[in-house]
Amino acid sequence: MDFTTFLIQILNALQYGLLLFLVASGLTLVFGIMGIINLAHGSFYMIGAYLAFALTSMTGNLMLSIALGIPLAFAFGALLEWLLFAHLYKRDHLEQVLLTYGLILIFEELRSITMGDDVHGVDIPAMFSASIPLSDTLSYPVYRILISVVCLALAGGLWWLMQRTRLGMMIRAGSHDRDMVQSLGIDINLLYRTVFALGVALAALAGMLAAPISSVYPGMGGSVLIISFVIVVIGGIGSVWGALLAALLIGFADTFGKVLVPDLAGLVVYLVMAAVLLWRPEGIFRKG
Amino acid sequence: MNKEHGRTAVRSIVGLVGVAVGAMLPLAAAHAAEKVKVGLMLPYTGTYAALGTAITNGFKQYVAEQGGMLAGREVEYFVVDDESNPAKATENANKLVKRDEVDVLVGTVHSGVALAMAKVARDSKTLMIIPNAGADELTGPLCAPNVFRTSFTNWQPAYAMGKVAAERGHKTAVTLTWKYAAGEQAVNGFADAFKGAGGKVLKQLTLPFPGVEFQPYLTEIASLKPDAVYVFFAGGGAVKFVKDYDAAGLKSSIPLYSSGFLTDGTLGAMGGAGEGLLTALQYADGLDVAKDKDFRSAYAASYKMQPDVYAVQGYDAAQLLKSGLDAVKTGKLEQGAMIKAMESATIDSPRGAFTLSKAHNPVQDIYLRKAEGEENKVVGVAAGKLADPARGCRM
Amino acid sequence: MNPTTQSRVAMIFKLAVLAGVIAFPVFGSAFYTEMVAKVLVLAIFAMSLDLLVGFTGLVSLGHAAYFGIAAYAVALATPKYDPANLWVVFPLAVLAAALAAFFIGLFVLRTKGIYFIMVTLAFAQMAYYIFHDTPLGGGSDGIYVNFKPDATIAGWTPFDLNEPLQLYYIVVLALVAVFAFLSLVLRSPFGRVLVGIRSNEHRMQSLGYATFRYKLAAFTLAGALAGVAGFLYAVLFGFVTPEYLSWHQSGNVLMMVILGGMGNLGGAVLGAFAFIGLQELFSDWTKHWQLLMGGVIVAAVLFMPGGLSALPRRILKVVNGERGNG
Repeated sequence: MDFTTFLIQILNALQYGLLLFLVASGLTLVFGIMGIINLAHGSFYMIGAYLAFALTSMTGNLMLSIALGIPLAFAFGALLEWLLFAHLYKRDHLEQVLLTYGLILIFEELRSITMGDDVHGVDIPAMFSASIPLSDTLSYPVYRILISVVCLALAGGLWWLMQRTRLGMMIRAGSHDRDMVQSLGIDINLLYRTVFALGVALAALAGMLAAPISSVYPGMGGSVLIISFVIVVIGGIGSVWGALLAALLIGFADTFGKVLVPDLAGLVVYLVMAAVLLWRPEGIFRKG
Repeated sequence: MNKEHGRTAVRSIVGLVGVAVGAMLPLAAAHAAEKVKVGLMLPYTGTYAALGTAITNGFKQYVAEQGGMLAGREVEYFVVDDESNPAKATENANKLVKRDEVDVLVGTVHSGVALAMAKVARDSKTLMIIPNAGADELTGPLCAPNVFRTSFTNWQPAYAMGKVAAERGHKTAVTLTWKYAAGEQAVNGFADAFKGAGGKVLKQLTLPFPGVEFQPYLTEIASLKPDAVYVFFAGGGAVKFVKDYDAAGLKSSIPLYSSGFLTDGTLGAMGGAGEGLLTALQYADGLDVAKDKDFRSAYAASYKMQPDVYAVQGYDAAQLLKSGLDAVKTGKLEQGAMIKAMESATIDSPRGAFTLSKAHNPVQDIYLRKAEGEENKVVGVAAGKLADPARGCRM
Repeated sequence: MNPTTQSRVAMIFKLAVLAGVIAFPVFGSAFYTEMVAKVLVLAIFAMSLDLLVGFTGLVSLGHAAYFGIAAYAVALATPKYDPANLWVVFPLAVLAAALAAFFIGLFVLRTKGIYFIMVTLAFAQMAYYIFHDTPLGGGSDGIYVNFKPDATIAGWTPFDLNEPLQLYYIVVLALVAVFAFLSLVLRSPFGRVLVGIRSNEHRMQSLGYATFRYKLAAFTLAGALAGVAGFLYAVLFGFVTPEYLSWHQSGNVLMMVILGGMGNLGGAVLGAFAFIGLQELFSDWTKHWQLLMGGVIVAAVLFMPGGLSALPRRILKVVNGERGNG
């Protein structure tokens, strides 16, 4: 491939990786801080996308829908934690896997009952719908650049939250020693609820942002789920930096894999994961 | 005293039974109307639910038009939701064939499921009519005397599209589809026609199913600079691809062609990105076929929505079944006679009349359509009376 | 009820179920006999996973890979116009599954806890894509097992798998054999080490056991037994699709194990019956049956730790407890 094409593929890889990071960040937070494995994470992504569709149909404005959707997703996450996940902290991983697997089925069917099984589209807001010409045949959509920027900003925001705020300090302490934090007078239950809700909101936000450039359809959570898992495994559970690095790695592996070894493209991501695991069985930036 | 009660009770019961039997006899005689047990195995949940419903509606529409009976037989429906799940397909088919003992199996949408059904049909020698699944092999290497299809092979619309692409003066093409059987068969169909007319397929790109991250491929297509691009996608992937293709500026620089599934039922969700796309399919909007006009108004009246190609295929499945039933008038359903009649039937379809090839697949006109608004308007015939080559079928 | 009586009751219950299964074809129609055969094959699949999950404490979310690999081995080893020989294709299928489990085990057993769960899932996905994308597996539509394997050996045909009744009893025999085999394994020193690993791996290591080898052996054995199930499934249905390796299949078998109760072979069998039974029941009620299924799973996890097999014990506890306090 020529140099221009190579550069454009790098741009594609970056953008794809950043969006993956957004989805996976919530997963690694919930894993790392609360030690819960959550298979329903892909469903939150789907819920975000359908929320974007439903709200945009009503308001006609994607930006407004996202602004409305984030607190809605956050509240939903808090409710879910209070109802179900709070009971899982003391349970073993198997039970967490199964309960969250059951949740996937429930969410998919509820989606089918409330929103039907049709494929839907969401319009890109007019001000971002242009494309920048990169070569004489190819243009790059402005909206995709916007998504990349948003994801980077969120990565920075998460880092700032975790490292520079009191809440972040409490979260990090709570993941190391739950009882100690509680004895210091901090409401650990509320803390965990906040973290979980944040994880759900991040996944839903990813779904909302991606909705215009992907379609909104049944089963969209499934493929996102598995690749999120791979990213968290490679990056190390609980590490936001690890998730970012792993997501970018996957973005590049997937993009260039499709171009260079198309017949093995479906396997490339897993081969990368296997290679990383041989080198570091607990991920690149394992926690602690 | 108790003995007397007992005898009275027995006599009463015998009397009641006698009356009941007596009352039922004339009813039994009236219900001696013959039945035909139709087993519908279609997706009623999941991504393809709308297609399963459309096929069922089309089928029942025809039966309703015949006064609720087919060739003087009452139709008894047995329905199974196959959920487009190949892993449960065999047992689902067995529910209809072994448990409900249907006379004919009608289904399905997903080719993997259809393959499992066809095996059950062959092993149990049950008649089977496929109202959608386009897997070439079902009327190819795996063809069977009791398996019929009223839809298409993946090859057919793709071949027609390839023919048109060559006729429009394109010399080079790149194809893109998912790495799955339907995609491969479609691309081969396109290539057969395109290369046959002297064109060159520069590259056959595939991406893992059901991925929708198309950017790397769009970039590659742009760098290859072909005269035309042929793709095979359906459902959510189709919507995303067309939007991405448009946003990447390729829609205006490199013409895009596809089998009709790209734009059937998806134009709304594309939000205008699909406007003007040329596709090939055995059905279209605005056909100048009398039967179609009647079919459309009747369907819209019954179901409060417009029919699509799936409804037509379901409608035609019922027609084909009737042609078989006509040959056995009354009594037991003799399969040999039914098959003979079905093989030589001419189906008066809303898509235009068609016959079946020796491999039991429609020999039909493939229309060239243009996307306008939310419709795919017919602009010509891409390939007339096109028959699938049925390579590997030994019938 | 004292433990001996408890275990006697359990044994009587198991024998009763076995008798019911053996007698079923007499009462049930051909269709339902085939359905029971399917449940029995899935019970073997569930037992193989229980060895890993219930006894060794290894939660594998990719167990369907070995099931599917064995099924594909059957389909690929069966020629187009003739049946394959059972005595060749059965060991071949089980060996293929065992080898896959061994090699994947070398990778995944390096990880623990949540990582282990996820990497088993990821490797199963790899296997799925190999069969889905490459010509090796015949592609995404799936392939036929053109003929059921022929059991002829040295000119003598002990049984004919084309006869539904004979196939049914072969499945029953396989279930009993796997059950007996696993019971023996679990009672052996090897089995006790596995249970020890589940309760505290570090302690076992400090006692001098090379736990990695034991885990790998358990993983390979579980894969091989899943292969037995995969072989039978392919023979039963004659059709193999990449979906046999999907994570939904892995999730389903895991649910059977927990529904029935982990660490209990009878529980795995019970779980298979319960899972398929509920699936059939709910599908009859509504097309949105997965909603009910999901609800049952969530409820089972929250309110029934220990699964169905622990239910009698818990009920007895409640009953005795009331009597005791009264």
